[in-house]
Amino acid sequence: MENNSSLWSDAYRRLIQNKAAMIGGIVLVVLILCAIFAPLIAPYSYSYQDLNLGASKPSWDHLLGTDVMGRDLLSRILYGARISLMVGFVATSVALVIGVSWGIVAGYFGGRIDSVMMRIVDVLYGLPFIIFIILLMVIFGRNLWLLFGAIGAVEWLTMARIVRGQVIGLKNQEFVLAAQAMGVSNFMMFRKHLFPNILGPIAVYATLTIPQVMLLESFLSFLGLGIQPPMSSWGTLIKDGVESMEEYSWLLIYPGLTFTITLFALNFFGDGLRDALDPKTSSD
Amino acid sequence: MLLIFLKRVLAAIPVLIIVASLTFFLVRLAPGGPFDSDRAVSDEVLINLQEAYNLNAPLSEQYFDYMSGVIVGDFGPSFRYPGRGVSEMIFTGLPVTLELALYSILIAVLVGIFSGVLAALKRNTLLDFIPMAIAMIGICVPTFLMGPLLVLIFGINLEILPVSGWGNLPGDKLLPSITLGFAYAAYIARLSRGGMLEILGQDFIRTARAKGLSERVVVTKHAMQGGLIPVVSFLGPAVAGLLAGSFVVETIFQIPGLGRFYVEAAFNRDYTMILGTTIFFSSMIVFFNLLSDMAVMFLNPRARD
Repeated sequence: MENNSSLWSDAYRRLIQNKAAMIGGIVLVVLILCAIFAPLIAPYSYSYQDLNLGASKPSWDHLLGTDVMGRDLLSRILYGARISLMVGFVATSVALVIGVSWGIVAGYFGGRIDSVMMRIVDVLYGLPFIIFIILLMVIFGRNLWLLFGAIGAVEWLTMARIVRGQVIGLKNQEFVLAAQAMGVSNFMMFRKHLFPNILGPIAVYATLTIPQVMLLESFLSFLGLGIQPPMSSWGTLIKDGVESMEEYSWLLIYPGLTFTITLFALNFFGDGLRDALDPKTSSD
Repeated sequence: MLLIFLKRVLAAIPVLIIVASLTFFLVRLAPGGPFDSDRAVSDEVLINLQEAYNLNAPLSEQYFDYMSGVIVGDFGPSFRYPGRGVSEMIFTGLPVTLELALYSILIAVLVGIFSGVLAALKRNTLLDFIPMAIAMIGICVPTFLMGPLLVLIFGINLEILPVSGWGNLPGDKLLPSITLGFAYAAYIARLSRGGMLEILGQDFIRTARAKGLSERVVVTKHAMQGGLIPVVSFLGPAVAGLLAGSFVVETIFQIPGLGRFYVEAAFNRDYTMILGTTIFFSSMIVFFNLLSDMAVMFLNPRARD
């Protein structure tokens, strides 16, 4: 653990050798680039309607066809990637910030603070969060940032548990004791000594949280409680696809395929990262 | 054992009170009243409506009224469907949702454990790879995509199964149950494979084999009891997921269950209905978590500390 560079280079080597993880990683990079450069790549605007055309099968003009309102499906999927991936990253970051701070504080101080903080986590675990998010979306309107915050606020619990466990393992090691003896402030202790040493598990768990968050967002959008038109996430596109799948099956199949491939890529990459960074805990 | 159980039940009560209070106040925080979206009603009617639903009383009084109703199982009247109580609606939808959840969990447990145990026993053969690949699909294809795809294939293209409904046509319960159960079958398969692999490597299994027990007895009597503990502890949280899944599945297949009521209530801003169903769902989730924890304790002596 002290020899940080070799931990990461070992992990890097293991990751490179894992074919499934590498393919997943490449797919992700391509997707992220597509999402960032969507306005440049997309052949049409996501809201451009060609009402005379209506729903058309995939053709040279519209590679993945058009929807009922004559909007280019490929463009909508590309723009949808922005929303879906952004939800994935932003909500995961929210979860990370809360979870890591909570876990470090609980684990480091221990004692009564720890038991109170973890008790809160236990109680929150028992709550039906999906129902609460639906409730929030209903009450406060379908606001994108609220969605990010609400999803992030749900997913931090496991993170807090993992981080706490790691910190408890670290806090009696010599370098932490030495830093304490030198009078390092709590904040510097967290930032300089504890945080860098638990980066591995955090990275792993973050990668595995992103697909869950994206699933949650698309689930809400599917129910009509997430992203509102004319903006579209992949969940909205799948919902639209379902409504017209009897006549225009491509409207369901292509967004569904994109979403599934992305989730595959994220899961494979996350699993690979876990195996690489933490060979011991790689279960199932 | 009994003591732990009682302790857990007592610990669950404050959780439920928190849920109920939080939901109650969140709903009151909502901008706009429940009658806003109706066709314009005169002030007089509005005042009468508010009077009828006791919305003018002080918040604390409303809160205590509501909570004391909840304790005896009365969730108040529905805002949207005058004359119908929320409790009454919950109990019309509940049997349908429970039946759907039961079939799904049966599919998930039977298919999941069978393929997981098989995969662990035949490690690194096709009998391991193929079920695990299918399980990965089950985890990555969300319910709201799986359902429509199954409908598209079996209902619309092959025309062998009904595309919607519940209990009206023969076989119409099959697609919803498979849709909801598939993802859980996938998780259970992975969990039981992992659990079995861990147990099969332990000394007591070698001893059992060494004393000449048949492979069938070793697997069913010795390995599965420990190897399936992860599955049992997964079942509690899975109920929460199943309920969320039922929102989607009941919407896709137009099943008149509790999940669809909830989604409809959310759209109609039927606040008492939302409040009632939320509290009801939460109690169910807390109850099933408790049940699966107790089952794990029963199966695994090490967890009883």
